[in-house]
Amino acid sequence: MAHKDETPVHEVRPVTQEVRVPERYLPTPTIEPGHSYASITDHISTIVLRKKTPIGWFVGFGISLILVSVLTASIGKLVFVGVGIWGINHPAGWGMDIINFVWWIGIGHAGTLISAILLLLRQEWRTSINRFAEAMTLFAVASAGLYPALHTGRPWYDFWLFPYPNTMSLWPQFRSPLMWDVFAVSTYATVSALFWYVGLIPDLATLRDRSTNIVARKIYGMAALGWRGSAKHWYRYESAYLLLAGLSTPLVLSVHTIVSFDFAVAQIPGWHATFFPPYFVAGAVFAGFAMVLTLAIPARKFLKLEDFITMKHLENMGKVMMATGLIVFYSYVIEAFFAYYSGNVYERYMWLNRATGPYKHMYYALIVCNGLAPNLMWFKRFRTSPAMLLVTAMFANVGMWLERFVIIPTSLHRDFLPSSWGMYHGTIWDWGMYIGSMGLFLFLLFLFLRFLPMISIFEIRTMLPEAQAAHGEEH
Amino acid sequence: MSDNKTTLDFREFRERIGDIRGKEYWRSLEDLSRGADFEELLQEEFPRQSAPLANGVHRRDFMKLMSASIALAGAASCTAPSGNSEKIVPYVRQPEDLIPGKPLFFATAMPLAGYTTGVLAESHMGRPTKIEGNPDHPSSLGGTDAYMQASILGLYDPDRSQVVRTFGETRTWSDFIGALQPVLKEAAVNGAGLRLLTQTITSPTLGAAIAKLVAQYPGMQWHQWEPVSGDNAREGLRAAFGGYVNAVYHFDKANVVVTLDSDFMSDGPGHVRYSRDFSTRRRVRHGETKSINRMYAIESSPTSTGSIADHRLPVRPSQIEGYARAIAAGLGIAAAGATTEHADWIGGVVRDLQRNHGAAVVVAGDDQPPAVHQLAMAINQAIGAIGTTVSITDSAEVSPVNQLESLRRLVTDMNAGAVKALIMFGGNPIFDAPADFNFRSAFEKVPFRAHLSLYYDETSMLSHWHIPETHYLETWGDGRGHDGTITIQQPLIAPLYNGRSAIEVIGAMAGGMDQSPYDAVRAYWMANGANELLWRKWLNDGVIANSALPARSASASTAIPAPAAQPSGGFELRIAHDPNIYDGRFANNGWLQELPKPQTKITWENVLLLSPKSANDIGFGDQERDDLFNEKHTLLADLTFHGRTIRVPVWVVPGMPDNVATIHFGYGRKHGGKIAAERSDFTPGGVDVYPIRFSDALHGGAGAQIKLVRSEGTYPIGCTQEHQSINPKDVGGDRGIIRSATFDEYQRNPHFVQGEGEGHEGTGETAEADASMYPKYEYPGHAWAMVIDTSVCTGCNGCVIACQSENNISIVGKEEVVREREMHWLRIDRYYKGSPENPEVYHQPVPCMQCENAPCEPVCPVEATSHSGEGLNDMTYNRCVGTRYCSNNCPYKVRRFNFFHYADYDTPSLKPMRNPDVTVRTRGVMEKCTYCVQRINAAKIAAEIDGEKGRRVRDGEVTTACQQACPSEAITFGDMNDPTSRVAALKKEPANYALLQDLNTRPRTTYLGAIRNPNPEIRG
Repeated sequence: MAHKDETPVHEVRPVTQEVRVPERYLPTPTIEPGHSYASITDHISTIVLRKKTPIGWFVGFGISLILVSVLTASIGKLVFVGVGIWGINHPAGWGMDIINFVWWIGIGHAGTLISAILLLLRQEWRTSINRFAEAMTLFAVASAGLYPALHTGRPWYDFWLFPYPNTMSLWPQFRSPLMWDVFAVSTYATVSALFWYVGLIPDLATLRDRSTNIVARKIYGMAALGWRGSAKHWYRYESAYLLLAGLSTPLVLSVHTIVSFDFAVAQIPGWHATFFPPYFVAGAVFAGFAMVLTLAIPARKFLKLEDFITMKHLENMGKVMMATGLIVFYSYVIEAFFAYYSGNVYERYMWLNRATGPYKHMYYALIVCNGLAPNLMWFKRFRTSPAMLLVTAMFANVGMWLERFVIIPTSLHRDFLPSSWGMYHGTIWDWGMYIGSMGLFLFLLFLFLRFLPMISIFEIRTMLPEAQAAHGEEH
Repeated sequence: MSDNKTTLDFREFRERIGDIRGKEYWRSLEDLSRGADFEELLQEEFPRQSAPLANGVHRRDFMKLMSASIALAGAASCTAPSGNSEKIVPYVRQPEDLIPGKPLFFATAMPLAGYTTGVLAESHMGRPTKIEGNPDHPSSLGGTDAYMQASILGLYDPDRSQVVRTFGETRTWSDFIGALQPVLKEAAVNGAGLRLLTQTITSPTLGAAIAKLVAQYPGMQWHQWEPVSGDNAREGLRAAFGGYVNAVYHFDKANVVVTLDSDFMSDGPGHVRYSRDFSTRRRVRHGETKSINRMYAIESSPTSTGSIADHRLPVRPSQIEGYARAIAAGLGIAAAGATTEHADWIGGVVRDLQRNHGAAVVVAGDDQPPAVHQLAMAINQAIGAIGTTVSITDSAEVSPVNQLESLRRLVTDMNAGAVKALIMFGGNPIFDAPADFNFRSAFEKVPFRAHLSLYYDETSMLSHWHIPETHYLETWGDGRGHDGTITIQQPLIAPLYNGRSAIEVIGAMAGGMDQSPYDAVRAYWMANGANELLWRKWLNDGVIANSALPARSASASTAIPAPAAQPSGGFELRIAHDPNIYDGRFANNGWLQELPKPQTKITWENVLLLSPKSANDIGFGDQERDDLFNEKHTLLADLTFHGRTIRVPVWVVPGMPDNVATIHFGYGRKHGGKIAAERSDFTPGGVDVYPIRFSDALHGGAGAQIKLVRSEGTYPIGCTQEHQSINPKDVGGDRGIIRSATFDEYQRNPHFVQGEGEGHEGTGETAEADASMYPKYEYPGHAWAMVIDTSVCTGCNGCVIACQSENNISIVGKEEVVREREMHWLRIDRYYKGSPENPEVYHQPVPCMQCENAPCEPVCPVEATSHSGEGLNDMTYNRCVGTRYCSNNCPYKVRRFNFFHYADYDTPSLKPMRNPDVTVRTRGVMEKCTYCVQRINAAKIAAEIDGEKGRRVRDGEVTTACQQACPSEAITFGDMNDPTSRVAALKKEPANYALLQDLNTRPRTTYLGAIRNPNPEIRG
């Protein structure tokens, strides 16, 4: 017989003295307390559906338009006059064209990692940043894609790189890493776009239901593909999303591995190294997280999304950035070791040239940016300060560009025969196209920020305690 | 279709409509379409469509649609878009031997500074496209230098003068003749008022014509002047032998050669032959070569000859004479003023000369004073060289004179007003006369000035009459080679423009009927021992047999003049002709402008050459220099000499003596073509040095001051190779690029090339190097391969221009060269080992290695470069998208990319010059050496159709352009699978090695290690 009033024998009564837990051990919330399902949806969808676009958006978009026109001019001159407007020459056949290509592709990897890998690893803190990061990936791949298409001497024949049935009875050369690039980057673009789009569908439906503008409603409606939010829809959605995550996960590793093969398969000292795939993948994740931080920190401030992109997210991203930064730095160290240990005159000279040759200032800057700066993240004070995170992330962005500079022109300009040693300098058109590609990226990003929810509304709703509890009960 | 001939067919349609255009066309179509025969045709061809044609509207639409196919159907010939149909007609009576597509070769001779060297000019469909050496000509023996190869561009140069002009206004030849009459009338009375100024002339026909002219106008004077006058040699030899003579060297008979500032392999009429002769005693073949020759070079500036010398002393130009005297004294000739420096060195030289009595020779450089030439001949006398290693013959020139004095007399007479008419054949005295002559002011005093020249240059602009000159490939003539051998120069093409030759101008001056050059030359020779058969033979062979000047017995005077006072103070300036554009006459030749100079690898301009220490002395320190040169920039300096200052870029070349500065003249042209002078895409550089070339110091002298100028910032230099050191400390270790040994070391260890460089495992021929997981690819047919002998390569650049000519390679201009985009498929790398003060220098021509394991092939995404079954790495231009991965992956960096549209598609006069067998590449396409695949294929085709069953290509049937050009025969090409081929034998040489062997590229182009022969008695 149970007696309600009976107290158990071993009763633990609260002590009068409160245990004070130091603040730094308190878990940072993934979402600030005080939100409900409605408030989340309101907050995020209002950013998109509000009638009055903030002036800041116009300023940013305007700047991006100017930069896009710079891009157009650069591309126009390139196609009409020739690839000679860039600084490439013999021996450095590749310069900022491939540096920027790898830089952009690398940046894209964070999005896929956050969306796919963190999903499979059940890291729920990904929910407020994954939409944004995945969009960043797509736009980065778009900017990156400009380069392989346009860096060729005769870009109007680029279609020959695709294996299509043709009158010449010729397949492309499948042994070439550039061919593998074609497959890798196009797969990456396709899968990322699908993944992103599928993830958007429930939110597009939300926007369709909430928007008052008839045009907006029709467009969101078409894009939402008739989403009703029924259980069946959710069931299919979860399966599709999981599948796509499964497809995207290997891409995080494979795409940049293939890009690294552009160099590793060649025999130039400084390129011909088996550790390039993990080195590049780590570098890509490093660069990607740095770029996500660079964009997320101002975005959350201007769009007042601090409640959703909390310190926890920023801190986690900072930690990933540091970890991958350390791997990258390890790669630099190991490269120096290989140069010494191999005893190979070309390998040795390659490293000596990097450290003491005409581009040594790039190399030292690289060590500072990629070797020293990420170590700031050891300190919680820096890790939890958005300003410091932003600074570190900027260092990382620049550092990753410098890394590709050190890998590409610095290796190419002095290789086997001293008679062919030369120098590489970027010209104004190189920079024009680079700045222009950033303009394209910003252009797409501002459009995204204005017209699509930058945080996945339905996913972040699952972060609420009530959703967590319900979730916990189900399992 | 019925076979009823009344039915119309489309061909008839076309004929009816053929030429009509516009409205007429449609109307006639309408008319045609109403004809009953058309209805029938339609019913036959288009049963379904013909029914609605009853309806007029449908008919019109149908006709519109059909008109296109009517126009094209049965088109036997394409009509010109603008209207008149052009008929092309094949040869009805084909010129003899002319097979379209197969080139013909004609023997002629190229004149340079008066002397001619025999060439075979390749002619495609009646236009010359390439120059080769004439194997039967003693001055060539088949080799060509850069000037000869580039002369084809001179023929088609769009900037060549095309019309007779008087002060810029177009005139005709008859106008000139008309203007000449009063001049000639006056000359008949006052012969001394008529002057002829020419360059050096060896042509018997022209010489005879001038002699006749002089006889016709008594008192008329003939002056001769060239900036590279050869006066010093002329006067020196006259002092030695008592008259103007010609010295012909036989380096194939010499065991020891001593040069006194002589670059005999690059300069002078016989230099092509001398390279060949020298190399025959230099090349090493295992088991055959018992000894090789030895060369000592005492020189004041790095030269090609000095670069392959076994011992080299860099000294000031004025000190050369002291060394010559020391050697003379050592051999017992009374010569005061011998230098006491490097006594051991000189002693060793003297002993070596004595040991090789009768098989040694001493050569003095053209720029050295006459006393040195006299000394050299005296030494030659003492060592028994005269008559063995050097022959003395009568002068090959028609009228040898001291040209400086000749010009001086002319200037004096012009200033005195004694010259009433001055006719000039070639030359450019306004530009290149000695500065102190003030030629221009004297020139302008002459009432009648006529200039015959290829370009409308500085002199032509100030002349009353300018007559365009015919190029040697366009006209008849003759000339003597270095040993006097005569060649009849026959044209390959009718004059492209309204050009005239010197013979025609003389004819006009002689007042006779217009005598064509053909008639003039033929008449001369028919009167001098020719008959029809001989004439044809001479034209066919390209030489007049046995026309070399006979050696005469001679003994050199041993009366050596007293030494001149030694100059002191400041820098000693050496003023020399440019290795590429000579005295400026080739300034508009883009190939020669862009050709990297042999010692400095600089293009498009002249620079002031200094030693590293001298550069430091003027304030241009080592670190700053390294940084600037690395970026292809340098600083400018003010060079003051004899009171005049010019501002020149400074450059350092290893091997320059201290306190000596060398500068080359020929640049700084004001007129004469877009490349030479007018600013264009090519932005030439270069400074005019003639303003500091004074008659008392034509070759420079002491007292020059050099002051670094920093106010103008840095100056870009188009240097194609600024990293020339292969000292291990400069390049991280021994890369095994140049493998060298002395002859003694070679004899002890013939396989010296193995084990050189880090991680090198030996030649590609040993079993170890063949170790691979993959089965070896078999090449059962031909296996094309090339071996380059670095022991005999002098870096003369003949092969580079030959390749450019054969393969339609474009020039890019100085700006692009500074950006490292020059397009030469074949480059000659110049490396030095040892101290920069006096290093060992090696030249290494680098064509495409045609690697069996080519790194460029697997990385091309579109397979634009693939491997042929005969071992060639083929380049498919029209497949290339231009990703440049192949160039990045090539360890030899032999691939060249068209970053811009470098090829000139538009200039009409350059189109006939191009080799029709080679594509002209467009922008965005990669190109590289192809082992002259067009020649390989031509030979294979010829072999295949030879006889009933065809045959295999024989060794020697295919020669690559570079191989054919090389004066030293350093390049050997052929089929490795042919056991009797020369290249197969060379591949078995122990000194054979592959460049960057350990990369496992398995290149088909390999090298023979450089073998030198230093004197063990001498150190350094």
